[in-house]
Amino acid sequence: MNKKQRVVVIGNGMVGHKFLEVMAEGNTNNEFELITFCEESRVAYDRVHLSEFFSGKSAEDLSLVPEGFYETHNITAYIGDKAESIDRANKQVTSASGKVVSYDKLILAMGSFPFVPPVPGHERDNCLVYRTIDDLEAITAAAKNATVGAVVGGGLLGLEAAKALKDLGLKTHVVEFSPRLMAVQVDESGGALLKRKIEALGVSVHTGKNTQSITDGDQHKHVMSFADGEKLETDIILFSAGIRPRDELARECELELGERGGIKINNACQTSDEDIYAIGEVALWDNKIFGLVSPGYQMASVAAEQVLATQDAKEFTGADMSTKLKLMGVDVASIGDAHAKTPGAKAYSLIDESNDIYKKIVVSEDGKQLLGSVLIGNADEYGNLLQFMLNSMELPEHPEDLILPQREGSASVGLGVDALPQSAVICSCNNVTKGDLCAAIEGGAVEISELKACTKAATSCGGCAALTKQVLDNELEKQGIEVKKDICEHIPYSRQEIYHLVRVGKIKTFAEFLSTHGKGFGCDICKPTVASVLASCWNGYILEDELATLQDTNDYFMANMQKNGTYSVVPRVPGGEITPDKLIAIGSVAKEFDLYTKITGGQRIDLFGAQSHQLPEIWKKLIDAGFETGHAYGKSVRTVKSCVGSTWCRYGVDDSVGLSIEIENRYKGLRSPHKLKFAVSGCTRECAEAQSKDVGIIATENGWNLYVCGNGGMKPRHTDLLASDLDKETLIKYIDRFLMFYVRTSDRLQRTSVWMDNLEGGLEYLKQVVCEDSLGLAKELESEMQSVIGTYQCEWKTTIEDPEKMKRFSHFVNTDVSDNNVVYVKEREQIRPARKEERIEIAPA
Amino acid sequence: MTDVTSNTSWTAVCQTSDILPFSGVCALVNDTQIAIFRTKDDQLWAINNFDPFSDANVLSRGIVGDLEGKLVVASPIFKQHFDLETGQCLEDDSVQLQTFSVRNNDGQVELAL
Ligand code: SRM
Ligand SMILES: Cc1cc2nc3c(=O)[nH]c(=O)nc-3n(C[C@H](O)[C@H](O)[C@H](O)COP(=O)(O)OP(=O)(O)OC[C@H]3O[C@@H](n4cnc5c(N)ncnc54)[C@H](O)[C@@H]3O)c2cc1C
Ligand code: SF4
Ligand code: FES
Repeated sequence: MNKKQRVVVIGNGMVGHKFLEVMAEGNTNNEFELITFCEESRVAYDRVHLSEFFSGKSAEDLSLVPEGFYETHNITAYIGDKAESIDRANKQVTSASGKVVSYDKLILAMGSFPFVPPVPGHERDNCLVYRTIDDLEAITAAAKNATVGAVVGGGLLGLEAAKALKDLGLKTHVVEFSPRLMAVQVDESGGALLKRKIEALGVSVHTGKNTQSITDGDQHKHVMSFADGEKLETDIILFSAGIRPRDELARECELELGERGGIKINNACQTSDEDIYAIGEVALWDNKIFGLVSPGYQMASVAAEQVLATQDAKEFTGADMSTKLKLMGVDVASIGDAHAKTPGAKAYSLIDESNDIYKKIVVSEDGKQLLGSVLIGNADEYGNLLQFMLNSMELPEHPEDLILPQREGSASVGLGVDALPQSAVICSCNNVTKGDLCAAIEGGAVEISELKACTKAATSCGGCAALTKQVLDNELEKQGIEVKKDICEHIPYSRQEIYHLVRVGKIKTFAEFLSTHGKGFGCDICKPTVASVLASCWNGYILEDELATLQDTNDYFMANMQKNGTYSVVPRVPGGEITPDKLIAIGSVAKEFDLYTKITGGQRIDLFGAQSHQLPEIWKKLIDAGFETGHAYGKSVRTVKSCVGSTWCRYGVDDSVGLSIEIENRYKGLRSPHKLKFAVSGCTRECAEAQSKDVGIIATENGWNLYVCGNGGMKPRHTDLLASDLDKETLIKYIDRFLMFYVRTSDRLQRTSVWMDNLEGGLEYLKQVVCEDSLGLAKELESEMQSVIGTYQCEWKTTIEDPEKMKRFSHFVNTDVSDNNVVYVKEREQIRPARKEERIEIAPA
Repeated sequence: MTDVTSNTSWTAVCQTSDILPFSGVCALVNDTQIAIFRTKDDQLWAINNFDPFSDANVLSRGIVGDLEGKLVVASPIFKQHFDLETGQCLEDDSVQLQTFSVRNNDGQVELAL
């Protein structure tokens, strides 16, 4: 091919971007030139997770386009430039900014727009929709001066929008025209249960309501009047009454459309013009619009393969519309023929009123095939059931067992993932089959995070996460790879198991642990691990004989060892607040012992270069001046950073310094699987960088937002929002539970960030455990924390009061001289360790 | 402890009870820094205190335990393990530390250089 073929994509949404990705991958000989028109002001982003914008995700977090991706693949993206007309005869597209671009192949991926029913008054201020980041920004702005919000439409998106309004602190209503919620996916009993559950969360649901007009309200901005005469006052109205394909460009250039809109395509995703393809929500295949991302992705791959003229290019032959979601914390799933419309279909349903669970399966006349299912309140069986249906697998003799709760002792009837064929699609969003997963596992992806990264499974809607994990475990087991969690050769247990054994067996010493659960004498892995667990559980004094020899040198000397064998000293400065007198005290200690001083990244002061024998004297002076140990040496609570907050700052909405100090004093001394860092910011400007800490707190107009599981370090991770607008008492309760749950379940040396990334069920699960007490552990976790707090001691204070303990700090056991290998030189008026070539006298060869 | 030939001179450095079981101390004898460790049944071991990987005198402050049947100390700086009996580094064949004779003489720790 001499001339490059030019492929133009109109619409840079989820599906348009997917098309570009597949093209980029196939365009190895650089035969194609790729151009896209993007109407929105930002490149493609993850609309499926749009609502996470409200829980702290930024537009960048949601972006689907890795930095430099378009540049690397020579893709030209006209951002903020809408395509306005298509000239099919001359094969040209003209844009709003006046660009005229010719094409060889044209891809239409314009998506859809939210349908706003033509109710009189629908165009008033604060009548909004929920589709783009711009929409969300408009909603956030409107919510600032609002107290009540109403969503028109009780479908999937409507309920998601309702959740957003609720999270914004509004009293929220859902107004639905049909007699039940989610009419498309669930049946009547399911809808009723869903309504109960959602009302229990504080959202009012009004079904069977036909809105007739929107006019000025008395108490609030609007009043909605319904056909039955009732009225509802609200400040914001969000329309979520279905979607309509954005087919106007296609209509103007006379491509064939469906009766009710949508650009008609064939199995190759071609429109009535063979050089024009349509994909995603704008496309109509077999008279159907697919309003989910996974069918759109399949169309994108098909169209790309057609354009690339790949051998055996795939065809689009329809897609499964099963879905599983969590709506306001309620699991909802719908599979296949949920309404039992297939002739002869039989349904089994289970209504568990005490747990508010509704489950239904629809099976074929002969009872051998699964046709559909509805699950509400608990959708654990979703993965299993979906596989039964997609692979037409024969059902067990009593299909109802698939949804009946298991009684103790009875074996699970679910299909083992082993029974699935290699061709079974596990992740439908990203079209990942069991075979793909197995190949990746074979190739060494033995951690769930690795498997996700290399196959993309479970990275979109997340509905397949549990099944993906099951496949992983099953494969590893089959390969005889024992998922080995033993921490070392002495103790055949994971840290979590060690924790459990210590708690349950009330074990207080390492010797006791080793004699009952291990062998040998122990090593530098198991000793500090068990010591840390003992400290988390019983919080004993770490230099108690039994415990002392288990500690790493940093804990043993209660200081951080530096490269030349000397130590650094870090007194605690809660919240970073310090008086001039204390600053002077630190200064004079540093001066007296000639220590190097530096402000740390954690808002306190580090004194470097102390020799072990000097540590007790240094600490005596610091303690006399009112300081306590900063635990800079321990796997324990480090610092609580603060910003200056409402006390001084003109924007501050609450006292971040006060809260920092309170929190630092509360949790100081807690030993944990890895270090813990906190921060508190006084407003959303976030000067304390709370969203990069293990625990971050940000003041809001209505209380405190609690963020968890962030860190800096080698692999930075921003936090997730755990709960918002908390009063202080609830905030502290949640932090207590969160920390203790982490301490209880984490692996050794696993920061909260990595722990979260490996936590099955992720953030939602953590929310349930911490905020909803789904495991019934809350009281226990709180009281465990209380006992740590109640047994706090400043380890340095205890130490300097005990002459026996002081002895162990001298460098030599038989003389008072100091280590002659410690040599300093001066730099910028302070000491630093001499480099090798600067040392006059070197220690033994 | 077996007795030794008469011309070995032993230097007392501390009491055995000054060393906690499964820990170490450092003694200075003839300008040499020696790390002395106590393991089970009051057994004593002595190796050079100098950690060749960090060039610092720190080995007496390492964690004492066993690995693959050998009694070892782990350097507190970069965590290499040294066999207490032979001074051999487990992670690097080319590194072996000097060892010293040490005995428990009626509650006294004594070193011979
Ligand atoms: C002193 C300090 C640097 C400074 O001069 O500012 C420092 C010094 C050390 N850091 Fe740090 N880190 C210091 C703030 C930080 C920060 C910033 C912060 O806390 O806001 C971070 C990134 C935030 C975070 O942790 O998420 C940080 C991320 C690390 C990491 C990477 C952790 C990770 O999860 O990837 C390590 C390695 C580790 O812990 O395994 C580390 C380890 C270390 C060690 C302990 C390395 C070592 O074993 O020798 C350093 C010795 C400390 C000492 O006192 O001798 N340091 N370190 C800071 C002490 C803060 C304090 O007041 O306690
Ligand atoms: C809140 C929300 C939650 C959702 N949750 C889920 C879910 O859990 N699971 C699921 O499967 N699906 C979900 N969806 C649906 C999913 O997001 C869509 O199916 C998917 O985004 C469709 O992709 P698309 O590329 O066809 O359309 P879009 O992503 O809408 O992209 C179309 C793009 O084209 C642009 N455009 C239109 N006309 C032009 C023009 N003339 N010139 C230039 N650009 C133009 C638009 O501005 C838009 O950016 C959700 C949708 C929303 C809004
Ligand atoms: S960044 Fe590295 S070198 Fe600097 S203090 Fe932290 S650990 Fe030490
Ligand atoms: S099915 Fe949606 S992420 Fe796998």
